[in-house]
Amino acid sequence: MVEIKGIRTLLAENPFFERMSDDHLETMAGCGKLVHFKPGEFLLREGDEAVTFYLIRDGEVAVESDIPAAGPLSVARVGAGGITGYSWLFPPHRNGFDSIALTNVSALALDGECLRGKAEADHELGYQLMTRFAQVMLDRLQAARRQMLDVYANGRTTDAASG
Amino acid sequence: MRPHPFRVLDIAEEIPGCMTMRVAPDGAGGDAAFAPGQFYMVYVFGHGEVPISVSGDPVKSGELTFTVMAVGSVTQALCAVKPGAVIGLRGPFGSAWPVEAAKGRDVIVMAGGLGLAPLRPSIYRLLHDRNDYGDIALLYGTRQPDRIVFPQELADWRDEALIDVDVTVDTAGRDWPGKVGVVTELLKGRDVDPGRTSALICGPEIMMRFSAYALLDRGVAAENIHVSMERNMKCAVKMCGRCQYGPFFVCADGPVFAFDRVQRLFRTRDV
Amino acid sequence: MANTGKAFIVSRGELQSLFDAVIARGFMPVGPIVRDGAIVYDELRHVQDLPEGWTEDQDAGTYRLKRRDDKALFGFNNGPHSWKQYLFPPRSKLWQGEKTEDGGFTVEEAEDTEKPFAFIGVRACDLHAIQVQDKVFMSDRHPDPLYAGRRGKALVIVVNCGQAATTCFCTSMNTGPRAQGGFDLALTEVLDGDDHYFVAEPGSTAGFSLLAEVPHTEADKDNVAAALECTARAEQQMGRKIDVSGVKELLYRNYDNERWDALEKRCLACGNCTMACPTCFCSKVEDVTDLTGDHAERWREWDSCFTMDFSYIHGGSVRPTTRSRYRQWLVHKLATWQDQFATSGCVGCGRCITWCPVGIDLTEEVRLIREREKD
Repeated sequence: MVEIKGIRTLLAENPFFERMSDDHLETMAGCGKLVHFKPGEFLLREGDEAVTFYLIRDGEVAVESDIPAAGPLSVARVGAGGITGYSWLFPPHRNGFDSIALTNVSALALDGECLRGKAEADHELGYQLMTRFAQVMLDRLQAARRQMLDVYANGRTTDAASG
Repeated sequence: MRPHPFRVLDIAEEIPGCMTMRVAPDGAGGDAAFAPGQFYMVYVFGHGEVPISVSGDPVKSGELTFTVMAVGSVTQALCAVKPGAVIGLRGPFGSAWPVEAAKGRDVIVMAGGLGLAPLRPSIYRLLHDRNDYGDIALLYGTRQPDRIVFPQELADWRDEALIDVDVTVDTAGRDWPGKVGVVTELLKGRDVDPGRTSALICGPEIMMRFSAYALLDRGVAAENIHVSMERNMKCAVKMCGRCQYGPFFVCADGPVFAFDRVQRLFRTRDV
Repeated sequence: MANTGKAFIVSRGELQSLFDAVIARGFMPVGPIVRDGAIVYDELRHVQDLPEGWTEDQDAGTYRLKRRDDKALFGFNNGPHSWKQYLFPPRSKLWQGEKTEDGGFTVEEAEDTEKPFAFIGVRACDLHAIQVQDKVFMSDRHPDPLYAGRRGKALVIVVNCGQAATTCFCTSMNTGPRAQGGFDLALTEVLDGDDHYFVAEPGSTAGFSLLAEVPHTEADKDNVAAALECTARAEQQMGRKIDVSGVKELLYRNYDNERWDALEKRCLACGNCTMACPTCFCSKVEDVTDLTGDHAERWREWDSCFTMDFSYIHGGSVRPTTRSRYRQWLVHKLATWQDQFATSGCVGCGRCITWCPVGIDLTEEVRLIREREKD
């Protein structure tokens, strides 16, 4: 119980769960544990079954994909207060990218299957979770689409000019 | 209007395909005094002329700095000049970043790609009069770490801690110690007091667009957001008609515009 | 009538002495002649050079010369040329430069070697067009030396219109058919049976002193009435009209009007309208060198907003579609021009209608945009 209370407090600290009710935090705490990674350790591997949701407490994580001959390329960096891993939400529950610790990282790891079960049992909790994930996904989708436009490739080259 | 000869003092590669050069008037007639955000028409003998904003320090008198990407025949010739060579300049032309009007306020400078070049004079100016401003932040986004221009200044500014320098790239290798993502993400979690914030934005038009929207979303008024437009330009004196942007001539009414003046045009395609 | 209030009569037979006086003063008289099946502007030496007895059939995409049944010298409206070709030549050298031994270069402004021009037969709409271009090329800050030099020395002899083409709409633009000022001399050609004379109104001291060298008599009441009747006739014949009330706001509101899509399909983006338009001022520059590379020149040439190159910035054109380029032209002409120069860019001469190979008619387009907005 002591540990679950600890996890509950840590959950409440993450901005992702801002304004989440105490009851819901309590419920989710049962799915979580505190984890630590050294630089170079993977939190998530691309292609693996997606089972974990990480709330980063401290440190820096790269969301990346390895490109042969070019090496791993980051598409996002996640720091303290950020989250990584939500492929467990929907089938086929497979990670789309690597998440790797760039520094020492401490995080809360929540078991995806456990969370899905709690959300199914309590749809209000499910709604609260979904709105938060949807917000993150919207932000990342918009950012990803802008990155995809590669605006600096053909964008401003001189500054007011042609020729 | 004739170009005045300026001699190239030095020239160095900024990033691949892009050179930064310092020039000084060669004889009488050349004007090296400019306001941050203004541009010159830069002529390479026999090759032609292109508009380039000044990227150097407005406080340093008697010389001008330009940062040029080799994209066309004239800019290629310009990037290939050697120290001691003479180029021609007409100018300065156009409107300036409102650094005077921003005194007493917080300033957010948002740069995308080579858009940092036309903003750099304003940053020098802000630093020069540092005590006249509140918080100053430089939010810089570019494609990849090796495309970051002025890395030494960015490091110096970060070390001096007089302004908050935040850099992000669209993609990066693992050795990149900084952020990855679009430039607007640098606004997230940042304290912005919309009532006392002025913003200067320069980059590709699409980057300026979503950056301006992100600032509007944070409550910054459109008239306090400034963007620097680029259009085809030949004469720089409202005569050739090419740089028209709706009712404006970018060469004279711009390149720097308060966002409220161009917001409608920003949303209109193919103007 | 004119701002001097004085009117005189110059008979048809004495018109040559006006030409002679102009030439004697060192001007190169330019005006209408018939060439290549059109009335164009070129150097005139004699009254016989004028298009005597000629008129023109004009309509959207149509221009034909035809014979008049009288001997009017100015019995037509306007052809493809306008006076801008003299003040803002289609191609002109701006400067030339030479490389120097120390690696530098010198640059010299090009000299204008043309004699001062005397424009003979300027229509009221075209006089306004000149005044519109004055605002572009003679700004206080950066006057164009070539334009300002030529304009300052030019003598402007107006001929008020005695008829209107079906493409004319100067009354809508409030630019004609009678010139109200800004000329040196205004003529109105009167043909009354065997009587053929010009009512001449000086508009400047240069005009007065020029007229002094030409045999003339004072105009009587009937002469003045006959002259006024000429322009009244033109007014009545006005072939087109355009409702320009609130046109700036109308066009600003209608950047996405479906009418532009129709123009995407019709307009050939040939740029004829911009070449024929007496106010269009857009240009490009060309930097050239000789084979040694030691001698360079800059030339300015007419350009058109209908070309892809016009709005090119690194990698693409800002206005990639014909729709967007026609919209730029029309919105500029009737709306943004007002913000830029405090005047409309259209003087109602109708050239863009006549010389459009597919007969696009801006008066009709504005009407349809207005109508579509109401839908």
